[in-house]
Amino acid sequence: MNGTNGNILEVNKLITSFETDRGLLRAVDQVSFSVPAGKTVGIVGESGCGKSVTAMSIVRLLPQPAGKILGGHVLFKGRDLVQASDDEIRRVRGGEIGVIFQEPMSALNPVHRIGRQVVEVFRLHQKISKRDAWDAAVEMLDLVRIPAPEKRMMDYPHQLSGGMRQRIVIALALACRPSLVIADEPTTALDVTVQAQILDLMARLQNEMKMSIILITHDLGVIAETCDEVVVMYAGRVVEKASATELFANPLHAYTKGLLNSIPTLETPSKSVLNTIPGMVASLAEHTHGCRFCQRMGRSLPGTRERPAFSEVSPGHWVETCPECYQPA
Amino acid sequence: MTHPLLSVQDLRVHFPVRSGVMLRQNGAVRAVDGVSLDIAPGETLGLVGESGCGKSTLGKAVVRLLKPTSGSVRFEEKDISHLSQRALRPLRRDFQMIFQDPAESLDPRMSVRSIIEEPFIIHRIGNRAERTKRVNELLDRVGLPTSAAERYSFEFSGGQRQRIGIARALALKPKLIVCDEPVSALDVSIQSQILNLLVELQQDFGLSYLFIAHDLSVVKHVSDRVAVMYLGKIVELAPAETIYRDPRHAYTKALLSAIPSPDPRARREKILLEGDVPSPIDPPAGSAFGHRIKHPRYEESVGMDLSLTEIAPGHMVAADPCGLTEQDWQALQTGRIP
Repeated sequence: MNGTNGNILEVNKLITSFETDRGLLRAVDQVSFSVPAGKTVGIVGESGCGKSVTAMSIVRLLPQPAGKILGGHVLFKGRDLVQASDDEIRRVRGGEIGVIFQEPMSALNPVHRIGRQVVEVFRLHQKISKRDAWDAAVEMLDLVRIPAPEKRMMDYPHQLSGGMRQRIVIALALACRPSLVIADEPTTALDVTVQAQILDLMARLQNEMKMSIILITHDLGVIAETCDEVVVMYAGRVVEKASATELFANPLHAYTKGLLNSIPTLETPSKSVLNTIPGMVASLAEHTHGCRFCQRMGRSLPGTRERPAFSEVSPGHWVETCPECYQPA
Repeated sequence: MTHPLLSVQDLRVHFPVRSGVMLRQNGAVRAVDGVSLDIAPGETLGLVGESGCGKSTLGKAVVRLLKPTSGSVRFEEKDISHLSQRALRPLRRDFQMIFQDPAESLDPRMSVRSIIEEPFIIHRIGNRAERTKRVNELLDRVGLPTSAAERYSFEFSGGQRQRIGIARALALKPKLIVCDEPVSALDVSIQSQILNLLVELQQDFGLSYLFIAHDLSVVKHVSDRVAVMYLGKIVELAPAETIYRDPRHAYTKALLSAIPSPDPRARREKILLEGDVPSPIDPPAGSAFGHRIKHPRYEESVGMDLSLTEIAPGHMVAADPCGLTEQDWQALQTGRIP
């Protein structure tokens, strides 16, 4: 059932654009990466880098009618989801691919009880009686370690804490035992102690259910703790891609280095000057030639108008080899 | 030691809970429930805790955006906790606040100039020309171009908006700034720019900060001392280095272990706390922390005085049998500091 080379998902030169007043904006610009079966791939970058749009392009949950996939392939178990019919994609989404959104309050319907919402997922994707769907839902809430699941089925989302709501959203995503889960900033809105609970829960469920995870976050700490592979995105492009151990030990792109150096850790001397990346993420409306990060750093080098090549510089370690931003140790 | 700039004694902020047809008060949210702390001139006191622990309420009560229920807040020896708004006004220039969400704390209908100028007008400082000069100086100081003055706050990015908020707080040359989650809405690269700016301004102007945040790495970076808050009470207070190197309260230990470390080779075992912070409406009678983790000594803690006690020089911890190791608890009981 799996695709090539033991990868469950292969994203190949994906291009997603938005039609806006300022013209066509390329939010995802030829992004390629793959997700090995049973592994966790992290996508990291600042807001506006195209992380979420990449993920939502995979399951075709783009804002309509503005968002369009203009090129590339998304091979899920060998099937191209870009070409799939609406019916087909609807069956995959919530079935074989589960999605966990950042804000649990907006992912849940405030006027329906928890039970109804979890039961609905089962009824949509499986031929199953109401009674059985109810039992399956209770079992699912139990699986994500919600205390007294029968009672919680009768609650409305607002009656639960942020952490509990996120568990419900995870339960919805995992209800049909997906082989791939896309988690978009699943812990960003939560406290560190609750974040630790949720990450621990996801790791345990991943083990039990043998699923792959795409984890989108801006928190490099979360990436380091949970991911096998890391994709670093900047302004719609992948600038670096490697295994987590390799990336943190040996970052090669100036942007990755900038991100890693700008976070204070418990070891950083107090009140020392932190490294910063000047400016902010380049606007997608500005030119798309050349290296986007050079653009942010205010470098305009003659002869660098070509987009830098994305090359494998050591086994499994890919980086955009702009002459300025590619900085091997 | 010189007099502290700010001295908070046994501060309580309770919000009434009303229900029924007559809206009779039948309870209270004990958001801040007996907090004492000092901030020295030029010092940063970090305040950490989970959401709902009362840290923002404490911050607001300190600058009298909220009226405390009881207890005292002394600023330069003067108790401001129960002054009228009129009596407070001349004092307000000395303590300012920076908010988490600069988008919500800046009026979208006012130009950046009028936002930063407003404090001068309220306090009747300078004429138009002088104010213009000061606004330009302030913009320059926080790293914004003078041209920003004629634009509106929504035209700026999150980081730049936070700079506008900082310029407004600095306008009257305050002595204390309460920073309520000033960087938690920002991306890491922007976050470091703002943190650098805050540290720099502190050194230039001798400011004191009460720095409220849930990110312990950020708090450690900017603070001289750190207070850990849990359900309306401070459970541990110590110099920043000490609290990270040698935490004594189990809650502090759990918080520290929950921080994801940006080093995949250092994946550590985490101390996972069960459940969420209990509701401050009807807090447990004994140790709130012991109640959450169902500590075997919880019953013992009911009715006990759990206030902060010095366990090592400058290192305060709640005298709570549920939060301390047996050894530390015994040492506190016998008065012998290990």
